[in-house]
Amino acid sequence: MEEKSNVSQTDAVTAEPNHKKVREPRFHIVKRDVTDKKTPYIVRAIAVASAFIICTILTVLLVDTNPFEYIGLMLSGSFGTFRKILNLLQKLAILLCISLALAPAFKMRFWNTGAEGQVLIGGLACAACMICLGGVPDALLIPIMAVAAIVAGAIWAVIPAIFKAHFGTNETLFTLMMNYVAMQLIAYFATIWENPKGSGHIGVILDGRFPKLFGQHYILNIIIVILVTVAMYVYLKYSKQGYEIDVVGQSENTARYIGIDVKKVIIRTMAISGAVCGIAGLLLVGGTDHTITPQTAGGQGFTAIMVTWLAKFNPIYMIMTAFLVVFLETGASEVVSKFSDSLNGSYADILTGIVLFFIIGSEFFLRYQIKMNKKQEEMN
Amino acid sequence: MNMVVLFLQRAIVQGTPLLYGSMGETLTEKSGNLNLGIPGIMYTGGISGVIGAFLYERTLGVGEMPNAFLAIFLPLICALIGSALMSLLYCFLTITLRANQNVTGLAITTFGVGVGNFFGGYLAHFSTDGSTGVSITKVSDVFSTPLPFADNLGWFGTLFFSYGFLVYVGIILAVLMALMLRRTRIGLHLRAVGENPATADAAGISVSAYKYGATVIGGMIAGLGGLYYVVDYMGVWSNDGFGDRGWLAIAIVIFTLWKPDLGILGSFLFGGLYIIYLFIPDLSRSSQELFKMLPYLVTIAVLIFTSVRNKRDSQPPASLGLSYFREER
Repeated sequence: MEEKSNVSQTDAVTAEPNHKKVREPRFHIVKRDVTDKKTPYIVRAIAVASAFIICTILTVLLVDTNPFEYIGLMLSGSFGTFRKILNLLQKLAILLCISLALAPAFKMRFWNTGAEGQVLIGGLACAACMICLGGVPDALLIPIMAVAAIVAGAIWAVIPAIFKAHFGTNETLFTLMMNYVAMQLIAYFATIWENPKGSGHIGVILDGRFPKLFGQHYILNIIIVILVTVAMYVYLKYSKQGYEIDVVGQSENTARYIGIDVKKVIIRTMAISGAVCGIAGLLLVGGTDHTITPQTAGGQGFTAIMVTWLAKFNPIYMIMTAFLVVFLETGASEVVSKFSDSLNGSYADILTGIVLFFIIGSEFFLRYQIKMNKKQEEMN
Repeated sequence: MNMVVLFLQRAIVQGTPLLYGSMGETLTEKSGNLNLGIPGIMYTGGISGVIGAFLYERTLGVGEMPNAFLAIFLPLICALIGSALMSLLYCFLTITLRANQNVTGLAITTFGVGVGNFFGGYLAHFSTDGSTGVSITKVSDVFSTPLPFADNLGWFGTLFFSYGFLVYVGIILAVLMALMLRRTRIGLHLRAVGENPATADAAGISVSAYKYGATVIGGMIAGLGGLYYVVDYMGVWSNDGFGDRGWLAIAIVIFTLWKPDLGILGSFLFGGLYIIYLFIPDLSRSSQELFKMLPYLVTIAVLIFTSVRNKRDSQPPASLGLSYFREER
């Protein structure tokens, strides 16, 4: 492709009559043919570094601090104590789990913006088990919760998938609307199961909590997500179904031509996507919050889209991109608590936004190349 | 009778932010850009307007009446600048750098909501009564001044003349936009860019200029929706107060088949669905929550209906969501 564009450019130059002055642009853009292994990492590292510099400048302008103190606060907020590291890992586990859930759907070019709702409905099913099966011993209750959450998440994702597969219904908006239906369902059940009466909230549920491992909370969450990561990596990379997802994502026509049942693949993949979201709901309700509100997922269903897309749907890269987002959040919360009279919780969103813009923008330099045009006079 | 008039009046008030949002998104989508950043841009428009209103109110003494022109002009211009900047960022990433539109849009939404809530929280530090919201009552009163003859005409006045000027501006803009898209050369060029940018390019239409123009102007219009909601309707900024209206606005674009004049009706209908639970007597608290699902369920039903029917004239612009690169085949 690059070769072709060069040819057409020389054509344009020779065809141009010499007496006519036409303003030539200083540079033109061509597509990269192949990039070597190292370039993507260098470009992204530069992007993240520049984003951090902008964030630092912004913070120094907003509050009375210096860059070193700022970086120190960001780091100590994430890694300062054992508890903070565990907290970081726990948040990373949840975000990573949702991102993993989205990977097969997005690889298939199915814009599943409904992770938020799929997580919530999984969490709701899990909470329902915890409330309604109160007397059952935890060893039995937790597996029941897991099954309920996974099935609920899968159903929530399959509904839009069926319509997409059969009628081509716009999945971006369908899944998005399912989020709000899920939130209202939770609000509905919150008025039914409210505790204490009249509060409109489901209070903390005592049954069905995940057990501590090694004397710590959240360890079970982290182990489950590690298993999911490995399983998703193997599924996408080495299984026949993973291959089918890839083909459908690249070209539905090709997929049909080589005999893949596209409708079946869409529905099956979304069932898996929703099921893993259900697991995230289980971890949030059973393993972390022990209650549920419409805000339990906290927008992570949307953040996960960016995490999974920036990682190019590769579960191993996803650990890094999810870590970046969680690090910004935990670090920013430390900065905010230090300067609470001028900053507030939304500061983290701004930092995340800036870093995302830089990474999104940097993709351009991986796919395209800017070439300076030689001056006309030099050519003649 | 009174209840019906009141319901319709509230539906129009609730529908106006949706009208601006869907109008802006329609214009944007006509150029082939699927801007999922509209919710964030509407937040930015809202908070920028609040900043303008807040700064203006600070210059007023206690009990001093605001100057009507300044009270409207300053928030308006701030909202337009704020939302234009956000749209420019989106344009730069998706048009110049050809980034994925959905991901960029979602990032804009995260960022825009963050910016709104951040500055909302920042301004709240200055509030004298110790509340967490930012109150801009005086400017809000100017914005929501109804037409002068609203009070004398009974229910007719309430239904048609009781709104702030932004409601009428929105309706007029929607009609003008529909005419522009259908009847003018600019509209024709814009549609050509959205349907097939390569052909438009070959015909000598500047694809980038049209995409930039439509997306930035569309973003500014959507930003006015945020301004209307916060400054005219609420009169106070509260964090996350704008809610999910931006997403509903995007849904209305599909619902109204990319037609801004249909968008007027669609927006008011959704505005009504948004608040219908308040007008149905004897609802328990739990069934209220179920009724709040209505706008989303109706959107889903509409999505399914339009896709099953699959008519040629109800399709999105053909190149929607795709970046254009001249040398790509």
